[in-house]
Amino acid sequence: MIKAILIFNNHGKPRLIRFYQYFAEDMQQQIIRETFHLVSKRDDNVCNFLEGGSLIGGSDYKLIYRHYATLYFVFCVDSSESELGILDLIQLICFVFGQVFVETLDKCFENVCELDLIFHMDKVHYILQEVVMGGMVLETNMNEIVAQVELQNRMEKSEGGLSGAPARAVSAVKNMNLPEIPRNINIGDINIKVPSLSPF
Amino acid sequence: MPAPIRLRELIRTIRTARTQAEEREMIQKECAAIRSSFREEDNTYRCRNVAKLLYMHMLGYPAHFGQLECLKLIASQKFTDKRIGYLGAMLLLDERQDVHLLMTNCIKNDLNHSTQYVQGLSLCTLGCMGSSEMCRDLAGEVEKLLKTSNSYLRKKAALCAVHVIRKVPELMEMFLPATKNLLSEKNHGEILHTSVVLLTEMCERSPDMLSHFRKLVPQLVRILKNLIMSGYSPEHDVSGISDPFLQVRILRLLRILGKGDDDSSEAMNDILAQVATNTETSKNVGNAILYETVLTIMDIKSESGLRVLAINILGRFLLNNDKNIRYVALTSLLKTVQTDHNAVQRHRSTIVDCLKDLDVSIKRRAMELSFALVNGNNIRGMMKELLYFLDSCDPDFKADCASGIFLAAEKYAPSKRWHIDTVMRVLTTAGSYVRDDSVPNLIQLITNSVEMHAYTVQRLYKALLDDISQQPLVQVASWCIGEYGDLLVSGQCEEEEPIQVDALEDEVLDVLEGLLVSNLSTPVTRAYSLTAIMKLSTRFSSVNRIKKVVSIYGSSIDVELQQRAVEYNANDLLDLLGGNDVVPVIQTTVPTKPASAGGELLDLLGDLSLTGIPPMTAYNKNGLKIEFTFERSNPSPNIAVITIHATNSTEADMTEFVFQAAVPKTFQLQLLSPSSNVVPALNQGSVTQVIRVLNPQKQQLRMRIKLTYTHKGSPVQDLAEVNNFPPQSWQ
Repeated sequence: MIKAILIFNNHGKPRLIRFYQYFAEDMQQQIIRETFHLVSKRDDNVCNFLEGGSLIGGSDYKLIYRHYATLYFVFCVDSSESELGILDLIQLICFVFGQVFVETLDKCFENVCELDLIFHMDKVHYILQEVVMGGMVLETNMNEIVAQVELQNRMEKSEGGLSGAPARAVSAVKNMNLPEIPRNINIGDINIKVPSLSPF
Repeated sequence: MPAPIRLRELIRTIRTARTQAEEREMIQKECAAIRSSFREEDNTYRCRNVAKLLYMHMLGYPAHFGQLECLKLIASQKFTDKRIGYLGAMLLLDERQDVHLLMTNCIKNDLNHSTQYVQGLSLCTLGCMGSSEMCRDLAGEVEKLLKTSNSYLRKKAALCAVHVIRKVPELMEMFLPATKNLLSEKNHGEILHTSVVLLTEMCERSPDMLSHFRKLVPQLVRILKNLIMSGYSPEHDVSGISDPFLQVRILRLLRILGKGDDDSSEAMNDILAQVATNTETSKNVGNAILYETVLTIMDIKSESGLRVLAINILGRFLLNNDKNIRYVALTSLLKTVQTDHNAVQRHRSTIVDCLKDLDVSIKRRAMELSFALVNGNNIRGMMKELLYFLDSCDPDFKADCASGIFLAAEKYAPSKRWHIDTVMRVLTTAGSYVRDDSVPNLIQLITNSVEMHAYTVQRLYKALLDDISQQPLVQVASWCIGEYGDLLVSGQCEEEEPIQVDALEDEVLDVLEGLLVSNLSTPVTRAYSLTAIMKLSTRFSSVNRIKKVVSIYGSSIDVELQQRAVEYNANDLLDLLGGNDVVPVIQTTVPTKPASAGGELLDLLGDLSLTGIPPMTAYNKNGLKIEFTFERSNPSPNIAVITIHATNSTEADMTEFVFQAAVPKTFQLQLLSPSSNVVPALNQGSVTQVIRVLNPQKQQLRMRIKLTYTHKGSPVQDLAEVNNFPPQSWQ
């Protein structure tokens, strides 16, 4: 079971926080801080697994993380999850983010921008919900995930919802042509490009 | 009132804050605005406000005042509202708040909604934070959805069912009928995945379910086969591998079903071998599957050929460039090294190479595994590698590594000389990290290696000349010099290549005295060196110099040293040492019986059996007689338990009888309550009282007693010295 998914930046600022096990608010913040502390002092050439900190649990818990440019993706899991499998899952999720937030189809599918996560916190949660539910993996077919998210965004849009996704989501759905999406998408290390904006 | 700002506006604003205080101020301002908006019961902007609240909650600010608003959103007809409302409920609420129960009805309605996405939202929410009561109420709805043909809902229902079962295990039975078709052929990847998760949960929770589902093994094997053999299936492919996540899930379920069951294990042997040999390993996904396969093979009752195959796969993983793969391989090998020792041995050199890895976790596992693989045949080679590792590894490792080396050396040392050399090497390279309890163990080892004494003391002396900073090394060396100083000075050695050590008595004493004064020496080390100097007075001729040193320390600031020095003096041991072969008392942390060269052993340490210490009369005056009887307290031999028996031979009772005792400073005394205050006349009874004396220095027991009582109306008081304690009571 996945106990928590934490995405924060290189300074420890949270970008997406989702706990699948109950923790009180202040405990949650403490866990985020402690996790950041553990993960940020890791070198880039060491393995992506850590025994969990003292807060989130005892020996049954592990931290599995990936560091992409300015973002840390940390999954806190128990022993029922496969470490290598979770690494694959993190890559999958990043990929999905990239696909959903793409502005035009010209942009490379593999780029996930931290700004996207920052400004679309709610959307990010909705996407995650189609991949992980209740701490368990729900769906791993990328196209399926993206399609479901887009259809729901469309429903919001059609209601004239105030927090509806901007027009680009609609056009993305219009432009999406499933058979044309490249098959051999390399989900080796994803390249994250951060736009040259003032530092956050 | 102006429309509440949008979420993105808020985010933009907050990002302009330059300090934490500024951010807090902005947040507070916005919270106030949100609160008044909530008060106005504004339906239009509620979803926007809750979205902002969730953002602020993520940053660590309180958001509980939005909980009820989430419920209102959930009850709304709009999908937009429900979407953010349910998310808010999942992030802000949990079953500890009573308010969550209010959701139950909404969820129930939404589970039957006409729009599948609304049904999906409610399933998701129930499956994330539904309480036991909610689960009980709604399990029926979930079960219905588990049988629907809509695959989007079915997969969510499956995971929701897992949550329900976790919350209310008794409800597991109710989902059994729905599981019948979970693995059927017409189901595609999406449903299969969550179905396997549901089945796994049920099997893990209930042995009955486990036996029931064993019959699914052939189906699972078939599905797995199809996945491996199938052609290109675009939607599920990752790097050319069909639905790797599903493969991993199935392998895990097979592991659970095959464990401990011969038939099931046999049924899956072939497919496991197939996956093991055919899976592409160039990408991480392939390795994830292989790894899961290996774990399954090791856990079920697989044939030995398959097990060897699995371990060889792990061995290959060790050579993989990807550090994650190396890490999981080492972890798995560590788990199997006991049961499949020989197979793991074959990969020993690869494992030893991992000691040089850059990654700390990998190094640690490689170290643990290396120790597990050491045996009589490979001890020399392994020890070379481990000693090299000890030299270069992080300080965090050194203590564990040193202990491991000592243990391995003890078990498999090919010769005594090799053993001593290894110990020396550890002491000189990682001497400060060696655990405290190693020192007495090493002393024991040296003592037992009788033929190596000269060699050992010469090597240790040489090491001391180079470096006196590593305390365990210094302590062991001091002890050895004290014991075998004569061998050191004589220069003889049993080994063919004697060490060139020209040590004169005075030089040796210089070194030991140097330890006493050095800032680097801890109090324990000083004690060892002082004791060594003492012992050398039997072996060296420069007794006067030794006496001088000892008397200096009689007034040392260090209480430990002072006591030792004084004790030696007080016992007039120095005088005795001239002629007798008495070994001075050594600190009790050394558990050995030291052999003095040419002397008789006098075991002053350890337990002496002390049944039968004769009683003594401590006081006998004016008709009051006080006798002492003794026992040694177990488990501590330093405590003497004395029982006083006061009797009165006069014709009148002695009333208000009080016995008091005092002992010299190095002792501690505890006086328990007396049996009574009246010593009856004419020896018709006695007053007894227990005294406990702590005598850590084992000094001669002396006591001063004070007696007060009333006899024939007049008060009596007397003081006396008790000096005639039998030696066994304090030695």
